[in-house]
Amino acid sequence: MKHVANWVLNVATTRGATYADTRIVAQRSRALTTKNGKVGSASDAESVGMSVRAIVDGAWGFAACDNLSRAAVEATAARAVEIARASAQVKQQDVRLAPEKPVSADWTTPHEVDPFAISVAQNIDLLLKIDSELRAVAGITLAETNLNFNREEQWFVSSEGTDIHQTKYSTGAGYCAYAFAGNEIQKRSYPNSYGGQWQNKGYELIEELKLVENARRIAEEAVALHHADQCPEGTFDIILDSSQLGLQIHESVGHPIELDRVLGMEANFAGTSFLTLDKLRKLQYGSELVNVVADARQEHGPGLGTFGFDDEGVPAQCTPIITNGLFTGYLSSRETAHTIGEGRSGGTLRAEGWNHLPMIRMTNISLLPGEKPLSLEQLMASTDRGILMQTNRSWSIDDKRYNFQFGCEIGWEIKNGKRVRMVKNPSYSGITTEFWNSLDAICSRNEWTLWGTPNCGKGQPQQVMGTGHGAAPSRFRGIKVGSAYKSM
Amino acid sequence: MLTQEQAADIFDRIRKLSTADEVEVLFSGGHFALTRFANNTIHQNIAEENYIVSVRTAFGGRTARATTNKFDEESLRRVVKASEDLAKVQHPDADLLPMPDTREAAGDVGEGARATQVPSRYFAETAAVTPELRAEGVKQIVGVAQRHKLTTAGVFSSADSLEGIFNSRGLQQWHTQTLAEVSVTMLGEDSSGWQKANSPNVGNLNPLLLAEVAARKAIDSARPREIPAGKCTVILEPAAVLDLVGFMFWDYSGMAILDQRSFLTGRIGTGLFGENITIRDDVTHPLQTGSPFDGEGMRRCTVPLVENGKVSRVVYARATAERMKGSEHKDKVGTIAATGHGFSLPNEMGEMPLNIVFATPDNPQTVDQMIASTERGVLVTRMWYIREVDPFEKILTGMTRDGTFYVENGRVKHGLRNFRLNESLIHMLSNVEAMSVPLRSCGEESFDMVVPAMKVKDFNFTEVTKF
Repeated sequence: MKHVANWVLNVATTRGATYADTRIVAQRSRALTTKNGKVGSASDAESVGMSVRAIVDGAWGFAACDNLSRAAVEATAARAVEIARASAQVKQQDVRLAPEKPVSADWTTPHEVDPFAISVAQNIDLLLKIDSELRAVAGITLAETNLNFNREEQWFVSSEGTDIHQTKYSTGAGYCAYAFAGNEIQKRSYPNSYGGQWQNKGYELIEELKLVENARRIAEEAVALHHADQCPEGTFDIILDSSQLGLQIHESVGHPIELDRVLGMEANFAGTSFLTLDKLRKLQYGSELVNVVADARQEHGPGLGTFGFDDEGVPAQCTPIITNGLFTGYLSSRETAHTIGEGRSGGTLRAEGWNHLPMIRMTNISLLPGEKPLSLEQLMASTDRGILMQTNRSWSIDDKRYNFQFGCEIGWEIKNGKRVRMVKNPSYSGITTEFWNSLDAICSRNEWTLWGTPNCGKGQPQQVMGTGHGAAPSRFRGIKVGSAYKSM
Repeated sequence: MLTQEQAADIFDRIRKLSTADEVEVLFSGGHFALTRFANNTIHQNIAEENYIVSVRTAFGGRTARATTNKFDEESLRRVVKASEDLAKVQHPDADLLPMPDTREAAGDVGEGARATQVPSRYFAETAAVTPELRAEGVKQIVGVAQRHKLTTAGVFSSADSLEGIFNSRGLQQWHTQTLAEVSVTMLGEDSSGWQKANSPNVGNLNPLLLAEVAARKAIDSARPREIPAGKCTVILEPAAVLDLVGFMFWDYSGMAILDQRSFLTGRIGTGLFGENITIRDDVTHPLQTGSPFDGEGMRRCTVPLVENGKVSRVVYARATAERMKGSEHKDKVGTIAATGHGFSLPNEMGEMPLNIVFATPDNPQTVDQMIASTERGVLVTRMWYIREVDPFEKILTGMTRDGTFYVENGRVKHGLRNFRLNESLIHMLSNVEAMSVPLRSCGEESFDMVVPAMKVKDFNFTEVTKF
């Protein structure tokens, strides 16, 4: 693909670009679903194309094309330059890129089993076996399962001399059991809701998830919810399971630390952030137990935010976001790093596919586990009056990321250290910094899971990106519970 | 842009490469360009061209799909093989129907539904919009912001696109369309305002007017005050209505009834909403957009969904209609017929209405008239981050955003800190006291619709945020 990159860079620089880069991307995906004993969808897709970013007259232009012929590629590069010149008509200042040392590299997601090498028949057999387990439970009215595999190969070349070949794999799987009766629909999902668990791994993830082994329990819980009491309303200590806490991190830490949001670049759609620049290294974001990192490195784990290099050629890094409760870092890019006094990008610029503009995205935004040994059972045993909430059902947060409300699929009331009864329709709400400052216990490493969120939307046109979130079950004191059903 | 003749040629090549009993090919793609601005600067500016060919093969009750954006012989051979390999390992599905022919696709759609032609939605002047023209529009918007000492962010986009479907039973459908869109946010120190509009014809958009309205909202909502959350009268501008009601239309689907995941299960034919609510799906409406055929090539029909508060019927893909006729629900769902609302096969969701049109009320009122008749209430510009809390009572949560105002004694008094809502759509649409003339509206939480502004009593706000 080097020749394609050369065509791009020659045209862009000849026509006046002071900086240009190109991404040539080949994607492949497979999606399989079942519903109530039948295959719901079975599809393969591939997409190949290239895009160009160029700075001309201090402003950005971007163009993308599905045609890799020389004529089309050169026309696309010329279009990016033309667009940049139009951008320069409305600017307040020139774009500044933080320096980055050119690199030549090849990086591939570590994986044991190529998921595309597993036969479709074997995949469908697995899904139908899960489906059968779910529907063996009386009262289940709808059972859905899914398997997803993705492979993305990318060549990134810049006018500064960077040349990176990177291949990323991701795998996802999950299922959901619904029970409709009377005037209620209840559901339970495994390992997580909205598509299950996703990681940058091969087929080995599917074997690790113990999908079939958990299906009967999950279906039984969905039916049992119909006989459970409504979750009480009031102020409680709550314990969040690690998947729900992963989403809490995503919404109330991951998005507000995106520097493009903070700087107003997303104000029209995704919104801004309460984390204005004056709060860096001053705001007590959470209690002293709260340590959050943005870590894209492989050693953090196989999260959906793990890579070798971001989409402007910056190596994966670990940035401390919250350190002993203090707010210490943003997610940054080459264009935005200078606004927080950094001399280098934090390496978080990523794009969906070949045809979208890279933008600041969460990598793996993870709450580090507690240092002292603490299991979920021990955490509950030390709780006098609380609610354990598991598996997200609804999520919402305001456009500055202050006020949030989450609903979960299932709750368990805890009294005097014991799990005493199942409760349905649990929900909680609060203000971000008040919530994180109320954290008083985090389970230890053996309870920590690196969850994948495959569907994070941002940007105009909207792009979908996978992000990672490591979390262990944690306890929050004095949280408002039950507003979602208040007065209804 | 890819032409229908070129697509027909590609379909012939694919057909020859396939050994399947039946073959269907979908085409989509086009040009898309978007100029994005923030902090009074164009900071992102893109253009994209892409075309997709998607092949579905069927072998005696087994079907699957494969997709590529490459049209050379080797890529077409590979995509056909991928589709066939996936299809052959399926278990036969007794519900899978033969692909529709031209006659069936034209539609016999049952009582109350009509199959008609749509007006042209392709405008050459929209397809010809240049980066310079979009920059000129942005410059006007930035000028408004600077005049009012505000900061602006938004988009100006333009696109031309195609959708086509061919199958081995002779069906050919083709649709081309353009769309231009302008969205503007104006930011003050402690307030914001927003407006958005789109149209197939760029000449229908007025960036300057949108900017002025958004700026006025930002100015008028400055120094917002906090009032306690609780039940109150709200005046929802059309975008706010759209953001909320869009969450119920997934349920107006025969498949959702069969799956028992619809809030309409057991409720079709009942007066679920106020008698002033009448809604139809109508792709032919002059303010609507989109293709006149569904994912199998069936003509989209106009379907009455709610008549005077009573849920009248839901929409159907072909196979869903056949399944419904043999189901335990068949006597409780009104007219059962394929309506041309199916997604491309195979899929697990079935169908949904995508061209929602609210009927004009008997005594339409402007938003100003609604304000004038309100003793105490809240005026809402738009909603944000709407999610479903309860699927059967259709309780939604979410936030107000970009222009929330306190109304007292018939006048807008001042801006308010934003609220969190937890409100049932059934409850909301049973408490509508006044509506405006419906107009084409677009938001960020749902698809574009023709909806009115609404004055709603006892709307449930549960919390207040910090701005």
